[in-house]
Amino acid sequence: MTGANSFQVSGYGPERAGWTRLFARDSLARRLDWPILFAALALSLVGSVLVFSATRNRTEINQGDQYYFLVRHILNTGIGFALMIGTVWLGHRTLRTAVPILYGVSVFLILLVLTPLGSTINGAHSWIQLPGGFSLQPSEFVKVTIILGMAMLLAARVDAGDKPYPDHRTVLQALGLAAVPMLIVLLMPDLGSVMVMVVIVLGVLLASGASNRWVFGLLSAGTIGAIAVWKLHILDDYQIARFAAFANPSLDPAGVGYNTNQARIAIGSGGLTGAGLFNGSQTTGQFVPEQQTDFVFTVAGEELGFVGGGLIIVLLGVLLWRACRIARETTELYGTIVAAGIVAWFAFQSFENIGMTLGIMPVTGLPLPFVSYGGSSMFAVWVAVGLLQSIRVQRPMSA
Amino acid sequence: MTNIPETGRTPRVQIRLVVIQILVLSLLGTLGGRLWYLQIREGEEYAKEASGNHVQQVVDPAVRGSILDARGVPLADNETRLVVSASRTELLKMKDDGKGVLTKLAGVLGMKPKEVMEKVRLCDAETPQPCWNGSPYQPIPITDEATAKQALQIRERAEDFPGITAEPQAVRRYPGPGGSNTAQVLGYLSPVTDEEITQAQDTDSPYLRSDQVGRSGIERQYDKELRGKAGVTRYEVDNLGRVIGEAEADAAQPGSNLVTSIDARVQRVAEYELNEAMKTARKEWDRNTQQRYKADAGAVVVMEAKTGRIVAMASNPTYDPNAWVGGISAKDYKQLTGKSSNYPLLNRAIQGQAAPGSIFKVVSTAAAVQAGYDFDGRYNCSSSYSVGGQVFKNFESQNHGPIGLGRALEVSCDTVYYQLAHNEWKKDGGINPKGKPKDYFYKAAHQFGLGAETGIDLPNEVTGRVPDRQWKQSYWEANKDAWCKTGKKDGDYVEKIAYENCLEGNEMRAGDEINYSIGQGDTLVTPIQMATIYAAISNGGTLYDPTVGKAIVSADGKQVSEIQPKSHGKLPVNKQTLAQMDEALAGVATRGTAAWRFGGWPQDKIEMHAKTGTAEVYGKQTTSWFATYTKDYAIVMTISQGGTGSGASGPAVRNIYDALYGVSDDGAISKKNALLPTPQKKLPKIQTDGSIASPKVAKDPAKDQRASQEGVPEEDGQQQAATVGTPTTENRETRRRRQRRRRPRRLT
Repeated sequence: MTGANSFQVSGYGPERAGWTRLFARDSLARRLDWPILFAALALSLVGSVLVFSATRNRTEINQGDQYYFLVRHILNTGIGFALMIGTVWLGHRTLRTAVPILYGVSVFLILLVLTPLGSTINGAHSWIQLPGGFSLQPSEFVKVTIILGMAMLLAARVDAGDKPYPDHRTVLQALGLAAVPMLIVLLMPDLGSVMVMVVIVLGVLLASGASNRWVFGLLSAGTIGAIAVWKLHILDDYQIARFAAFANPSLDPAGVGYNTNQARIAIGSGGLTGAGLFNGSQTTGQFVPEQQTDFVFTVAGEELGFVGGGLIIVLLGVLLWRACRIARETTELYGTIVAAGIVAWFAFQSFENIGMTLGIMPVTGLPLPFVSYGGSSMFAVWVAVGLLQSIRVQRPMSA
Repeated sequence: MTNIPETGRTPRVQIRLVVIQILVLSLLGTLGGRLWYLQIREGEEYAKEASGNHVQQVVDPAVRGSILDARGVPLADNETRLVVSASRTELLKMKDDGKGVLTKLAGVLGMKPKEVMEKVRLCDAETPQPCWNGSPYQPIPITDEATAKQALQIRERAEDFPGITAEPQAVRRYPGPGGSNTAQVLGYLSPVTDEEITQAQDTDSPYLRSDQVGRSGIERQYDKELRGKAGVTRYEVDNLGRVIGEAEADAAQPGSNLVTSIDARVQRVAEYELNEAMKTARKEWDRNTQQRYKADAGAVVVMEAKTGRIVAMASNPTYDPNAWVGGISAKDYKQLTGKSSNYPLLNRAIQGQAAPGSIFKVVSTAAAVQAGYDFDGRYNCSSSYSVGGQVFKNFESQNHGPIGLGRALEVSCDTVYYQLAHNEWKKDGGINPKGKPKDYFYKAAHQFGLGAETGIDLPNEVTGRVPDRQWKQSYWEANKDAWCKTGKKDGDYVEKIAYENCLEGNEMRAGDEINYSIGQGDTLVTPIQMATIYAAISNGGTLYDPTVGKAIVSADGKQVSEIQPKSHGKLPVNKQTLAQMDEALAGVATRGTAAWRFGGWPQDKIEMHAKTGTAEVYGKQTTSWFATYTKDYAIVMTISQGGTGSGASGPAVRNIYDALYGVSDDGAISKKNALLPTPQKKLPKIQTDGSIASPKVAKDPAKDQRASQEGVPEEDGQQQAATVGTPTTENRETRRRRQRRRRPRRLT
């Protein structure tokens, strides 16, 4: 393995075009993980329908065009899909060499958020407004670069065959690499993203084979840190209020508990098969705020019922199951760590997002991968899918 | 690379990857389980909550049913007024929240823009009146006094006035046909309270925030029937209250009409005559108190003797029921409830109680017969009767010698009843009865229905009081401490009485029973109780529950449910005694104490029976009672501090009979002048469109009646209430009068 990319190796050249080539043993098509691709596409398309249902009546945000969000969600999916193809084409190993650049750029971008260029949406100062009405949420990309950067450091000496496990110095370096952007994101403050990053770091460390002491040490440090954050009032009032409302949603049904309450009412009223697409009264009546982004799952719950909500969870399950297999089957630790980091990311973010609409997790501003409306998130998760595909495509086929 | 396993994994990493996979799956499993719990297990609960979230009700109030007199003349109906209302939901859709429209509207209505805006704002803790405290989804009335021209302006330029409607709406009105008032019987409406809304929430007739509720009289008693059921349209709305579809609509069911047994003309005559009698009484000199009679209150009941139905019921002082329409002003309310006006809201026919005086003697007579005394026996009507040094005088110390009970009734001889009551008291064991005393005189009172409600279909009837042993005991227990504190053996009259009461107030003393036998002392009765008793004597002994309501007729006239007379007992008198009493009471009218008031009465054609009563009240002037009946009617009148029975009330009662039967002073009966020679039997016909064929009522039947008597027209003047002026209702009053004349009455 020299880092050459399989796109060329498997022979997709114009001079040898043909279906037989495409489906030949060891061809790209045979090596791609189709279930993941299918699940990601299905989630994105379901998402576009749900986003459409949630926004077609919200005249105050859709600029009078009921298809505004639908078109953009499909466009985002298309761009994400292209980014995935690009990632596979480049290959995760090529990207490994580019990690310092990617890391530098993403840290620069989140620093930019802290400057006056950044803007605040829903209490989180985590956006950069771009011309043309677009906005960028760099913390989404940081998740990818943290995974890639840590994997690069942790896997370097193991993949070289020097050591069976990363040593303490390497782990410390990797943690330092993750800590810098996490601290910046915490300053925004974007607590949800920090939570996801903490879980990513944990997943990465677990998969790297780092000593148990590191894993448990980090776990306890996280717990103490959480207590400290709570006690030292580092959190903003709105964040504490969200947690309090999570603990007791009827606390303030008109205020912070409103989201939680309305979300639960929307989902609960769905029943087995839901009210039918575009028929949900909670959705049509716009009782759930942020329904096209963070609370998109409530649309599925209300209008498609247990069947629709369950389908989303199953699709996420398929994606995560396959990603876990990729992590287990690849021969390099680098690929394993990247895949495991992505699994930790997707799993926790999905759990937190759906969990908060179901009232079992506190409300934080996290999108549901593929389903929620939002360009940055969509691009990042599709890049992650590209990385997973690349890891699978480039592993040696078993005999 | 060869030393690395095929998968390139050390076992530690492999195990951890499996752990991660299991963790991921359990997270997803948790989500799935929670989703199942919310949607399948608790789904219905949330579905209910969701529907509550987005459905708003718009209420179309039901038109309140009319209250009609026996011939269909409306005593209470609804007047159509042009009401201009604004829909908040429509206004809020506009860019400036409808300010522009409201300003324009203010211009059309001749109001200040600020005034209009204040009327549409919603009430909350910080918003002072005026503000709207109904549902924000209901049209908010801005004025109910719009002229037709203003309404036209608004309707013709609908595009200029989005969300504004100008529609005729029904408003309660008490037209007072023929000058009748009927205020206390009809009662009044006032807005529903929060408490009532909560209480009635889950019943079959819940209140609406905008509802008016009957507060007294018929309006209260038959509130449920009259109110009807409001129509409700349920709209689905979004989180900002914007309507996103129409769900369902229940049409309003208009309230039923109540046909009463009241005859508006007789009612007017009764009210007028009562008032005149009180005015006359105030000119009379009271020798006992050395001043003119105060005649501060009075009541008269005209009852159908064979059914207990009320033909007229007047209470004085009175008030204008229209004062309550559209919300009573603070000034009016103060006047209506103040002591200075002597509580005109009280219906003294059922809520006024006084010692009955001699009209009670029918009870004592029945008791004596029950106790075994012969009706036709000989009893000494001496000028006085003494018991243990205490002298009980006959009225004006008359002496009639030995007479029967019939004659005793006729001349109202007190001493005969003194003797009988004293005898019975002695038989019962005197001051210390052994065993169970028979107490014929007290038992009879209970059997006549005294000391209990008659069951009339009007709220808050009082029971009166029979001062029997039981009552004396409990009264003594309640008051002995005060009596023993203030009582002095050698003090003034009050102190002496208190002293005696302290010692033996719980015991039945000879004087108690003697006083009681002629309706004095602690006995209290209401006019309606006495009317019920005298009607029973007339009809052969049945005590009917008096009724005002005669039938409930649905708004379209199709469903009629008649209210049948009910009885609450029989007089404890056998047929023979009843006939003898009947004859004696006829004698009262022809040769007894009331004869001078029935001079020239055609007794052979319309047999008149009467009993007079003059009750003494300590510290006050005497109460005048006059109880009468014919075969069809019983009339009882009382005037507090008004003088003697026949003196104060006699002429008025005679005039009411004259009006009923069309009798002139010379005894001639004129069918033309008779208002109601026999009770109204047929119910008025209500058409399917809700209109009622009701006969015309003369402008003032009372004046007409007097005029026909005397042959000279009375001077035209507004009737003045005896002690309280007609409450001023500001210019609303005059406007209503004017409209009444101009516009044909619209019945709904």
